[in-house]
Amino acid sequence: MRRLTLEQRLHPSVAIRALSPIAATLITILAGSAMFYFLGYEPLGTLRVFFIDPLTSVYGISEVLLKACPLVLIALGLAIGFRANVWNIGAEGQLTIGAICAGGIALAIGEKDFGFTLFIMVILGALGGMAWASIPAFLKVRFNTNEILVTLMLNYVALLLLSYLVHGPWRDPFGFNFPQTALFHSSAMFSPVLPGFRVTGSIFIVIGAAIIAWTIVTRSFLGFQMAIAGKAPRAGLFAGYRDNKAIWLGLLIGGGAAGLAGMAEAAGPLGQLLPTISPGYGYTAIIVAFLGRLHPIGVVFGGLLVSLIANGGESAQMYLGMHSSLSQIFQGMLLFFVLAADFLVFYKLKLVTR
Amino acid sequence: MDLTIAIITGTLIGATPLIFAALGELVVERSGVLNLGIEGMMLIGAVTAFGFAFAGYPPIVAALVAMLAGATAALLFGVLALTLMANQYAAGLALTLFGAGLSTFLGHGFGAAPLTAITEVSIPFLSSIPIVGPLLFRYDPMVYIAIALIPIIWFALYRTKMGLVIRVIGESPQSAHAIGYNVILVRYLATLFGGAMAGLGGAYLALAYTPLWVPNMTAGKGWIALALVIFSGWRPFRVMLGAWLFGGVTILQLHAQGFGIDVPSQLLSALPYVATIFVLVVISRNRIFLLKNFPMSLGKPFHPGN
Repeated sequence: MRRLTLEQRLHPSVAIRALSPIAATLITILAGSAMFYFLGYEPLGTLRVFFIDPLTSVYGISEVLLKACPLVLIALGLAIGFRANVWNIGAEGQLTIGAICAGGIALAIGEKDFGFTLFIMVILGALGGMAWASIPAFLKVRFNTNEILVTLMLNYVALLLLSYLVHGPWRDPFGFNFPQTALFHSSAMFSPVLPGFRVTGSIFIVIGAAIIAWTIVTRSFLGFQMAIAGKAPRAGLFAGYRDNKAIWLGLLIGGGAAGLAGMAEAAGPLGQLLPTISPGYGYTAIIVAFLGRLHPIGVVFGGLLVSLIANGGESAQMYLGMHSSLSQIFQGMLLFFVLAADFLVFYKLKLVTR
Repeated sequence: MDLTIAIITGTLIGATPLIFAALGELVVERSGVLNLGIEGMMLIGAVTAFGFAFAGYPPIVAALVAMLAGATAALLFGVLALTLMANQYAAGLALTLFGAGLSTFLGHGFGAAPLTAITEVSIPFLSSIPIVGPLLFRYDPMVYIAIALIPIIWFALYRTKMGLVIRVIGESPQSAHAIGYNVILVRYLATLFGGAMAGLGGAYLALAYTPLWVPNMTAGKGWIALALVIFSGWRPFRVMLGAWLFGGVTILQLHAQGFGIDVPSQLLSALPYVATIFVLVVISRNRIFLLKNFPMSLGKPFHPGN
């Protein structure tokens, strides 16, 4: 009798690890084309609007980079936590608190130009995100509280806090009652990399963060300890690594990266605080982290791809009248297929005769 | 007096979607599967129910289709987490993100169109008794269904063979497999049931609670339902207690806003989320309670082997 069985691959090769997200992307594109077809759009033309058109102009590329920056930055931080089985779903809230902290100091300084306002904002943004992430870390370490739920609940709390600030005490007195703060002074903002484009100097922070994350993950003892905490917690315990350290580091790194991303949004494309700082970057970054197989280099490519889809969705909305939520569906499908493709990384189908 | 009645009835109504979603997830988790996609399944249920009611179908049809939609969404999760053995955390999150996108897309034509909501029952004589009438006999049918489901689920889990099999699989899939039970099949069925219940919870939101469609209208209720399952120690009757607690906090903050209590509305709106964290801390610090109650194989993929 012959039957199919599963065999675990103990050491998946680098090639198959890298190929699986690419395969998942291709399958997503196929499934997406089918979806376009059933919605009554011409698939090839629509795919061109989604994936090619944004890359045909310098402005388009700058917009892709603009959205990729927060996604990559947040996903780099999240991936380090996910590797250690620390499930931080609260990047959206940590981002918001980072923006609030950095924005608060920018508003307090106002029109004075010290020359290092932006530097202080960077520090406060990261610290704000870390502080917000330290709540679930503390509760997890001290009381064993599920970090998924705590980080998620804190997202809602952070958004409500921001809403309170921009509707109340921080509202621009000359803003015609709109829920927004005054515009930041130019010394409290990143300047564009090229005049006329929206992508700002914060891109260098993202590049720096990618290099640091790569070093932590692949070249440091710390990264090794965190990986052990995720893969074989008991082995880690016997070797004397404390689980608590992985929880604290995982959440603080993720929170700091998200806070920095929030600060860069406020001090970049927004230039002020609004009731929403991000269109869900904190959640989309989860997709990016998995698309990048939790590896810093993968995350960079994943962030670029997801940003491309988001920008493509905007052009599709503009030129084809598609609803903007289609790119969200696309991103969701992408994550489904990435996870499904993992199956072929870790298992081998075998035809057995017996 | 009227206010007290309004708070009590509001609590019971607010608890209803939570009871549906949390009871579903409780059964799923009892079988050893952790589905973090409740929020997404509730949204899909809500938009489906609204769409069918909007198209003129009676609420019961809308609710049933929403259950089917929730179960279909859960099937996606099942394929990933049970057949392809993907990480259950990631697969559930994928479902939540996908459900948010899909429901926003499907609902974009609905706007804030009103529809005929599920209405309160009116039992001759009983509903018109002062105080007792509004407190006990004037809810919409879904409120009664939710409460009735609690003993039913309890009975099914603790007093039937099916329930025993589900619980054994949650504790030790290896043993269940060894005596000949199909672990994956049972887990699939539990997952589908959880999806249908989350869909029903979403349908309640769109048909009765706030009879209109707004993108992401669940506002974290799926996650609160997940917290309720932990709070309950995976026991149906405690789900009801937890749901009343959260329904009560939600209703109290709404009334506090109505009273003009001098606290910004946003900070009051944050109360249910803060309360969830608080309750989780209180429950989780008791490690023995959690260890005694939680299904030992929760979140771990099972592979029948050769």
